[in-house]
Amino acid sequence: MQKFDTKVQYLKYKVLREVARQAWNDTLLENVMDIPKIIVPGKVPTMRCCVHKERAILAERVKLAMGGGSSSNVIQVIEIACDDCPAVGYQVTDSCRGCLAHRCESACKRGAISFDHRHEAHIDKTKCVECGQCAKVCPYSAIVNRKRPCQNACKIKAISINEDDAACIDDEKCIQCGACVYQCPFGAISDRSFILNVIDMLKKSEGNRKYKVYALVAPAIGSQLNYAKLGQVISGIKELGFHTVVEAALGADMVAQAESKELTERGFLTSSCCPAFVRYVKTAFPALAPYISHNLSPMATLARYIREHDASAKIVFIGPCTAKKAEAQLENVKPYVDAVITFEELQALLDSREIDITSLPEDLLDNASYFGRIFARSGGLSDAVAEGLKEQKLDDFQLKACTCDGIEECRMALLKKSRNALDANFIEGMACVNGCIGGAGNLTHGEKNKAAVDSYGREALEKTILDAIAPLK
Amino acid sequence: MKVTVCIGSSCHIKGSRHVVEQLQDLIARDNLSDKIELGGTFCMGKCQQGVCVTVDGEFFSVSPETVGTFFEKEIKARV
Repeated sequence: MQKFDTKVQYLKYKVLREVARQAWNDTLLENVMDIPKIIVPGKVPTMRCCVHKERAILAERVKLAMGGGSSSNVIQVIEIACDDCPAVGYQVTDSCRGCLAHRCESACKRGAISFDHRHEAHIDKTKCVECGQCAKVCPYSAIVNRKRPCQNACKIKAISINEDDAACIDDEKCIQCGACVYQCPFGAISDRSFILNVIDMLKKSEGNRKYKVYALVAPAIGSQLNYAKLGQVISGIKELGFHTVVEAALGADMVAQAESKELTERGFLTSSCCPAFVRYVKTAFPALAPYISHNLSPMATLARYIREHDASAKIVFIGPCTAKKAEAQLENVKPYVDAVITFEELQALLDSREIDITSLPEDLLDNASYFGRIFARSGGLSDAVAEGLKEQKLDDFQLKACTCDGIEECRMALLKKSRNALDANFIEGMACVNGCIGGAGNLTHGEKNKAAVDSYGREALEKTILDAIAPLK
Repeated sequence: MKVTVCIGSSCHIKGSRHVVEQLQDLIARDNLSDKIELGGTFCMGKCQQGVCVTVDGEFFSVSPETVGTFFEKEIKARV
């Protein structure tokens, strides 16, 4: 049973679990300073130069786990955890054999490559533009790109290096996708957690008697915590104290229906489901912002429905997404969603209560259609909009969807649209590669996750969008 | 009169969509839409007895097969 992809996730999880444990026991305030020592006991360092540095970093992780941090951004750099990775760009390594072909020299349009007396290549950094052509053609793979993993992960270039050599996020540019969080090998970038708000809500509900706490789970759940059955995960969430669990995919069905209709009325749209994409359009392509669908995201759409029927409800979204944490703070979403946590954080909450979901009976989760459920993977939203047009007999409208898998593809499509060169009338924008199943808050990111979401989709009782949303009218 | 049908997972599997759709049709047929407010909720905590329905707070266990008699007896007779 492998719960996480990386040891960094595991470390973050241990901090979240301990913070949660103390919070459930009402001992967090008195023990908060001791948590680093609980996680790293003894005198032998296992991660850094000494236990003191390890604990200093852990103290910062504790702060983030408690929702704090140095700025209001959901994504934060833990400066002392940053290993100041080399960031020199393309560099010739000692694998260069001083060959005769000099393909690197021919490939370089800038004349940046020269050779020493042993024929070994050197790159003149005053001429190099980091295009990477030399690295591509070297038969020995002797030229490497020394980029910081965080900067490499951040395709919208919101990460720079500060005067102390640490990574630094431009909060204006950052879209909270969390790619850097997942990619930093030292765990030096992390997302603020709202688990304490959730624990507080659950406690004060007094077993859902004072008010009801709803868990809205993202459809990516179909690919997560798969060491247990999905029904057991649902039992586990209820065991934590939630009143009930509802599929956010039902919100996706509502969105698919409304968005396909909106598309026929407006002629061109971009999707509005992915909060990182929406923020990217607004910050990097403000001229295209009017084209963003007016629909709230599936999370907010369903939360609004629940709120309208249960005014005192507390609504918690559980998903794969760090950007949803920022979305929940937007003025038009705040009234509906009380907190957002990730699947990583759900795992920590379950384990903080020592809930072994594999030993629980299987509960049910069935609110949405196949189409709502496949929103979790790239292409699913476009499929759902096509289905929405068909079901509403709007299929004389010719859908030309441009499915953007990851923020780089989004950027290309938006660039083309801003130059009037996009041959499409609908942009499906997903900031994470593979869609939500690639989100930073997932426990695991595997090849099989897309198939897992598709098969979860096929298990839905309702086969059409209109059938899924019929009881909501 | 407020009629609330549970559309949570368990009741959904037991056919709450059909219960809602039939109630919608019956309310329309008898022109009662201004007298009856039909709404949904996620889970009433009595999943074993689903499909769960409340009429002005009073609990009933209904199924797609019994919804017709339920409507006549518990809803229409009361409005």
